[in-house]
Amino acid sequence: MLIDLFNHWIVITLMMCGLYMVIAHGNLIKKLVGLAVFQTSVFIFYISMAKVDGGTAPILADGIVHYSNPLPHVLILTAIVVGIATTALGLSLVVRIKEAYGSIEEEEIQQQDIQHQKNNAHTKVKLEEEA
Amino acid sequence: MIAHLPILQVILPLMAAPLCLMLKRPQLVWVFALIASGLAFVVSVLLLQQVMTTGVISYELGGWQAPWGIEYRIDKLNAFLLLIISGISTIVLVAAQTSIEKEIPKDKHVYFYVLYLLSLTGMLGIVATGDAFNVFVFLEVSSLSAYALIAMGQKRQALWASYQYLIMGTIGATFILIGIGLMYQMTGTLNMYDLSQRLPEVAQTRTVFAAFAFVVVGVCLKLAMFPLHLWLPNAYTYAPSIVTAFFAATATKVAVYLLIRFTFSVFGVSFSFTTIPLETLFMALGLVGIFVASTSAIFQSNVKRLFAFSSIAQIGYMIVGFSLTTVTGLTATLLHLFNHALMKGAIFLALAAVIYRVGSVELTNLRGLGRQMPLTMAAIVIGGLSLIGVPLTVGFVSKWYLLIALIEEGLWPVAVLILLGSMLAVVYVWRIVEVAYFKEPLDKNVIVKEAPLSFLIPIWALVIANIYFGIDTRLSVQVAEAAAQSLFGGAL
Repeated sequence: MLIDLFNHWIVITLMMCGLYMVIAHGNLIKKLVGLAVFQTSVFIFYISMAKVDGGTAPILADGIVHYSNPLPHVLILTAIVVGIATTALGLSLVVRIKEAYGSIEEEEIQQQDIQHQKNNAHTKVKLEEEA
Repeated sequence: MIAHLPILQVILPLMAAPLCLMLKRPQLVWVFALIASGLAFVVSVLLLQQVMTTGVISYELGGWQAPWGIEYRIDKLNAFLLLIISGISTIVLVAAQTSIEKEIPKDKHVYFYVLYLLSLTGMLGIVATGDAFNVFVFLEVSSLSAYALIAMGQKRQALWASYQYLIMGTIGATFILIGIGLMYQMTGTLNMYDLSQRLPEVAQTRTVFAAFAFVVVGVCLKLAMFPLHLWLPNAYTYAPSIVTAFFAATATKVAVYLLIRFTFSVFGVSFSFTTIPLETLFMALGLVGIFVASTSAIFQSNVKRLFAFSSIAQIGYMIVGFSLTTVTGLTATLLHLFNHALMKGAIFLALAAVIYRVGSVELTNLRGLGRQMPLTMAAIVIGGLSLIGVPLTVGFVSKWYLLIALIEEGLWPVAVLILLGSMLAVVYVWRIVEVAYFKEPLDKNVIVKEAPLSFLIPIWALVIANIYFGIDTRLSVQVAEAAAQSLFGGAL
């Protein structure tokens, strides 16, 4: 049971590690790392699903009758590209966040936003009093 | 030409997006994007006509036969959605040039249109395709461009909002990907129609249950259904106004479509609602969503944020209609989809006009605006009335159908709750009316002019549509009813 479904165990372990990182870490880069791990687990899931016992690559040649399903592999190529794009976009957002807030810690960013809101509310009340 | 309409629908904006980069001059790019979006709209009108007369259109990409090749399958439901998306996109684009002048730095204007068209492509693709994996790809096309568009907002909070949306959106999309993988594992097919044929055989397995759970949760994240809505308020508040208007009117609608498509067509009504008690769960979450989001809306001081919460509440109405699993209930949901796009499109465009003139949409900035920008504020008020569901507006039509659907099922208490929820809408719309019409402006020396025509034309086009489809309901009701019936009349 354990050995039979080895790949699936790996998939689930990676998936949970990734999700946990996204949820538990306050550092924006670590969150993205978690997200990437989470996505990678799905890639492994697709790839292992396509593997046929004793099958080789699907090449049209003599002697090859037993081959793995190539479709999920192709699908996952697309998903990998999507994953790269997501990570790249996420990282560039983190760069911009660092420039704007001077921090990449979730808590500090939220603190700054709350402070900002309070200041705004303060000036608003003043304006209304004057009016 | 006519035979290739389904693919033209998606490929037109897709091809137009990179071409924008070659034109370089923002003004030209705007006209070009407008033409591309307009053409997509024309295609969707032709498609809807064709579907209503001849039935389902199946288009095989590259001539590869389904289920091996990718199939685009247009039935009444997605033809209706395509019409909404491309129509709203075109109307919103009319105002885009003036609006982004003040909100986005000059050197980024061209990129804005590129991203806008890509996002449009993604949404149209999700709706047009009949292939489950293709849905994921287009979902990411539209989401990735959406993250970048939101990050273009003026304030630094836009970056944070975009980042949060990226995390939540990617988790949602990956969940959908897992679900699709599990389905493929069980059936060996990705074609939605083929899936719907093969899934019943293996329906009673844990793998299919897991696939269903992953897909539904993934879609609900994209849908911003309560309690998975946390990314939405910030994203809508801090995105450039034009982007908010476009997304509020279309993005969540696409997710609603996906939910309907997967539960009704792919997994089938009997599996989604009999084997798994989805309707009870969704009814409860929809109702809680209406109340929590409407109450939150009442306490917002930023008007964009207020209407963002109202959007979450409106999604609640759609979910309640959906959870009834009757033809009337689904008709109500589809009608509300169409009508909500009209309302929120008008309201958020009007808010874009306010930002253009005043610079901010805090409630205090709206003081006395009823006299200074009468046409813009009137549009917000009519949009608000439509949100409440006042007769002669579209909001009334969809609420009416929802109430009929509830009463048909004998769910009186729920019907009463829906009406109470509408009362909450009265409160938050009234707050805006009060500030805009009954308070003096903070600084009387500042003269605020009415919004320019490039805003007023699209805003009032949507407002008039709000009233027109509230009186003459033939088109919207007919299509929504036909689509709902076809969903119950068997597979795709």
